[in-house]
Amino acid sequence: MESLNYDLAKTPLREVNQFLHGDASGLNGKHIEINNPNGAHNIAVGLKSEAKVTIHGHAGYYAAGMNQIADVTIEGSVGSGVAENMMSGRVHVKGFASNAAGATANGGLLVIDGDAGLRCGISLKGADIVVGGSVGSFSAFMAQAGNMVILGDAGEGLGDSIYEAYLFVRGKVKSLGADCEVKTMGPTERKILVDLLEKSGHADVDPDSFTLYGSARTLYHFNVAKSGAY
Amino acid sequence: MSDTPNKIPQTEPQQSATFDKVTNSQIRRAAATGIYDIRGGGAKRKLPHFDDLLFLGASMSRYPLEGYREKCGTDVVLGTRFAKKPIHLKTPVTIAGMSFGALSAPAKEALGRGAGAVGTSTTTGDGGMTPEERGQSKILVYQYLPSRYGMNPDDLRKADAIELVVGQGAKPGGGGMLLGQKISARVAKMRCLPEGIDQRSACRHPDWTGPDDLEIKIAEIREITDWEKPIYVKIGATRPYFDVALAVKAGADVIVLDGMQGGTAATQEVFIEHVGIPILAAIRPAVQALQDLGMHRKVQLIVSGGIRNGADVAKALALGADAVAIGTAALIAIGDNDPELEEEYNKLGTTAGAYDDWHEGRDPAGITTQDPELMKRLDPVKAGHRLANYLTVMTMEAQVIARACGKSHLHNLEPEDLVALTIEASAMAKVPLAGTSWIPGVSQF
Repeated sequence: MESLNYDLAKTPLREVNQFLHGDASGLNGKHIEINNPNGAHNIAVGLKSEAKVTIHGHAGYYAAGMNQIADVTIEGSVGSGVAENMMSGRVHVKGFASNAAGATANGGLLVIDGDAGLRCGISLKGADIVVGGSVGSFSAFMAQAGNMVILGDAGEGLGDSIYEAYLFVRGKVKSLGADCEVKTMGPTERKILVDLLEKSGHADVDPDSFTLYGSARTLYHFNVAKSGAY
Repeated sequence: MSDTPNKIPQTEPQQSATFDKVTNSQIRRAAATGIYDIRGGGAKRKLPHFDDLLFLGASMSRYPLEGYREKCGTDVVLGTRFAKKPIHLKTPVTIAGMSFGALSAPAKEALGRGAGAVGTSTTTGDGGMTPEERGQSKILVYQYLPSRYGMNPDDLRKADAIELVVGQGAKPGGGGMLLGQKISARVAKMRCLPEGIDQRSACRHPDWTGPDDLEIKIAEIREITDWEKPIYVKIGATRPYFDVALAVKAGADVIVLDGMQGGTAATQEVFIEHVGIPILAAIRPAVQALQDLGMHRKVQLIVSGGIRNGADVAKALALGADAVAIGTAALIAIGDNDPELEEEYNKLGTTAGAYDDWHEGRDPAGITTQDPELMKRLDPVKAGHRLANYLTVMTMEAQVIARACGKSHLHNLEPEDLVALTIEASAMAKVPLAGTSWIPGVSQF
């Protein structure tokens, strides 16, 4: 694979991103390595080719935001909104992620090896998220579709006002949000979990050690008798 | 004198001003249902508005321009601060954000056709961009909302500008609402929701929480679109001085300021009527913030909420706005609340002009509905033509006033061209009470 190097200490971010937005046929199959990110925001956002991108260090907000097709690896930790609104492709954070990781993501796979902060997977719209550590409070708030696999614990209000997403949690859940409940894991859901564990490098983890959470669907239509839940 | 005993005079039955008929009906409705009232549109109460201002026109000290002879420019360029590709509009009257979902596909098409015919922009809404809308809109502004329903980076790139919505005048601090009747299969698919459920849109963006974050978010959108598109920030009118200053600081190219008369597809009546401020009260603080930062005319200001005619356009521009946006008025132009449909409005328990149950999806005009049969009633070509006519009339009316004030461009109108009819309007618009030099809070009587 042909490799290209960018040094953010020397090259402006705008130039790097514009290169990454170039003709997809010229980027497909290329490996672009970005050095000295030093926590810069908006690195590798809006990608739309089959390029492989590696960020060597920590990134700030919205790393790999709105990713399409590309395979982005961050060899460090990230700020808020990593892979927000991702449409497809894969984003792998080797360290920790701050708030709103994978927010509103529609497709693709986000893997976070460490912990994720508050509101991980908020308004998830179809993507898959695997967190090797724990997630903060209010994760999967209003999650509409997609899957979250959490190998550690979850904070308060998990899955509040959840729609049709699945949440697989291995550790403890501090509290569930409104309309989120324990579900029975059938063969279909178990297959989703096994598949995601394999894709995220956790094939050795026992799928039966997870509990599945999803929507009780009691808030799908506004009901005055349930106004206390809002 | 008659022998009959004196009849005691009776007082006329008097309705309470506090407990009037509408208020009493609201109490009875709440008592019967146990749930608050939801409706569409903006504030219906009487508010200080542009009608409380007058232009002085030219006389001895001002020189008018000849109508139909001397040029009066109407064009506006939006997004000159950072965007590589600013938007050029032929008229300063734009179409406000309204979603496919809240509106039918033919209604969205009509808005695109009408706006395109006169060289102005139309705007998407919650739920994303439809191919028809993009196809029919020459200049399309793409709203980026808290819910991110239908948000797609490909559509960001297809847009001519991006409007980051923080709030709207009808419900500052509130999220969206689209009840199950309007979540058709297509709307559900675009929003990634189960069909027929009541959709609640978030009131806060999921991945930023304050003006410092917003600055990074705007930078992200600029990076994704390679710094080509103008980025608007839309706010509901509440604390316009501070909100505008923060939006400038966050990097906005254009600020959209929406007063409480601005419509919504659906929200609680109590929210619409009691949260936010009228647009008349919001423009001068917003302009002041831009002036204090040296950004007036560099960051453009679009105002909305109750714009109805060319006089309103001229007054908004004279107070310092660069352009206006219309929503409710555009819907009326394409056929909403038409008295020709009175019989059908009566069947819905209302009357033409008062119909506001847009969320129920039974609009006989085929505009605020997803019912396939009702939608067929709206001919998008004819409706688009009506909108184009209306936009043309508004623009010409504003020109008539500007020429009378001696201005060769609508943007040359200024507060000194205006006086106020009421003390309230004088204080809000910071123009003198007519016949005096008094501006409450600014000068002595």
